Amino acid sequence: MKQGLIRVILPTHLRRLALVAGEVQIAVDGQITQRSVLDALEAQYPNLCGTIRDHGTKKRRPFVRFFACNQDLSLEPPDAPLPEAVKTGAEPYMVVGAIAGG
Amino acid sequence: MTGVRVLVGTRKGAFVLTSDGKRKKWNVSGPHFAGWEIYHLKGSPVDPNRLYASQSSGWFGQIIQRSQDGGKTWEQPGTAPGEPTATPEGMPKGESNKFVYDTSRKTGKPLTTHMWYDGTQHPWEFKRVWHLEPSLTDPDICYAGVEDAGLFRTSDGGKSWNELAGLRGHGTGPKWQPGAGGLCLHTILLDPKNAKRIYVAISAAGAFRTDDAGDTWKPINRGLHSAYIPDPHAETGHCVHHIAMHPSRPDVLFMQKHWDVMRSDDAGDTWREISGTLPSDFGFAIDVHAHEPETLYVVPIKSDSEHYPPEGKLRVYRSRSGGQDWEPLTKGLPQQDCYVNVLRDAMAVDTLDKCGVYFGTTGGQVYASADAGDNWTPIVRDLPAVQSVEVQTLS
Repeated sequence: MKQGLIRVILPTHLRRLALVAGEVQIAVDGQITQRSVLDALEAQYPNLCGTIRDHGTKKRRPFVRFFACNQDLSLEPPDAPLPEAVKTGAEPYMVVGAIAGG
Repeated sequence: MTGVRVLVGTRKGAFVLTSDGKRKKWNVSGPHFAGWEIYHLKGSPVDPNRLYASQSSGWFGQIIQRSQDGGKTWEQPGTAPGEPTATPEGMPKGESNKFVYDTSRKTGKPLTTHMWYDGTQHPWEFKRVWHLEPSLTDPDICYAGVEDAGLFRTSDGGKSWNELAGLRGHGTGPKWQPGAGGLCLHTILLDPKNAKRIYVAISAAGAFRTDDAGDTWKPINRGLHSAYIPDPHAETGHCVHHIAMHPSRPDVLFMQKHWDVMRSDDAGDTWREISGTLPSDFGFAIDVHAHEPETLYVVPIKSDSEHYPPEGKLRVYRSRSGGQDWEPLTKGLPQQDCYVNVLRDAMAVDTLDKCGVYFGTTGGQVYASADAGDNWTPIVRDLPAVQSVEVQTLS
């Protein structure tokens, strides 16, 4: 079943690599999970393969975190459903470079 | 009209400096890949407008960039946006930033551990590309030296990379240990007279040579002496910082080791020290004059715990006799209160007459001499810390 578009916010460096300006919108098939969103993101922007998750293991890179709906989802299971507000497009799914300040 | 293009990798992006053959006025373009660490970029000797760059980040990993127009524009030579990343059969397409050690039964070697700083064994993990060495004959072929130490090769212009696993699987890997910068393969020299011979250097494992295009490798460290390892004359474990060669004499190699400047006249089979009159034989960079194979350049650094020039004086030392006798070159270089470092890949020469010599500092200056080192001038001076300098002589 094709769901609505998922909004994804990328950090500056990854937006430049993907050649996009603002947030991106990703069509995701089936369950809306962190894994399915990132799979779809990498399919749409192959240049991002390996920058968010390890090429082989697909594990989150150590200095990357995932936020949505004021929650830190970085340590959540990759196949857990994302919050309803992300599924409906009301809230974005955020890929964040770790370390909050300088 | 001849010209020179200087490719500068820094902690926060890449810069391309260009000048005509007079080498007086310089145009600076950049930063390219702003905010990313650029360990190295280098052009193809066959097609000078084909450049390869190693872009990396502790956050987002390794990216390979390629330019087809001398650095004006860049692209990742992987799958284009919107194209599927897997074939219809489900096989992943090669992505330009994918460096996976080859552990296959057919061409690979098992992934072992290497020695960690405390002497324990540590997993072998890919971190970044330190050095890119384009082929002498084909612009689509390029070699990549990586951390943790391994040698990769592309034959499709950087889209996919395959490990030459015979080096990592040579057998002494568990005895290799990281230098202060990591367990990095930082030097790749292609023999212009023997297409099957390649030299590499790894910190801290030492120098290695293949005579069969990368299938098998042998350590070439006889004559090196390193007081900081249990057996100072061990077959491997030496912290080689850089090796240089003159293309007319590929059997003659010059090495800046952690401590000691060394020379081999037999393709690395044996080495002898040529530190001679240097004020310090610690350092990183070493290079050879483009037209005088016995004229060498090094930048002495005070020590392994004080990474800056002795006495706060930035001096390039030149030997016109293949080592031992060295003269300081100081005109135009700061001779007081200078505490920058010059890293291993941050010195290069052009092939004009007179030979131009270039080096970059961790203070962000790139110095150039258009007269083989007699006089120096900063051609740019406030860049981020310089990690690498390569020079292309354009005709």
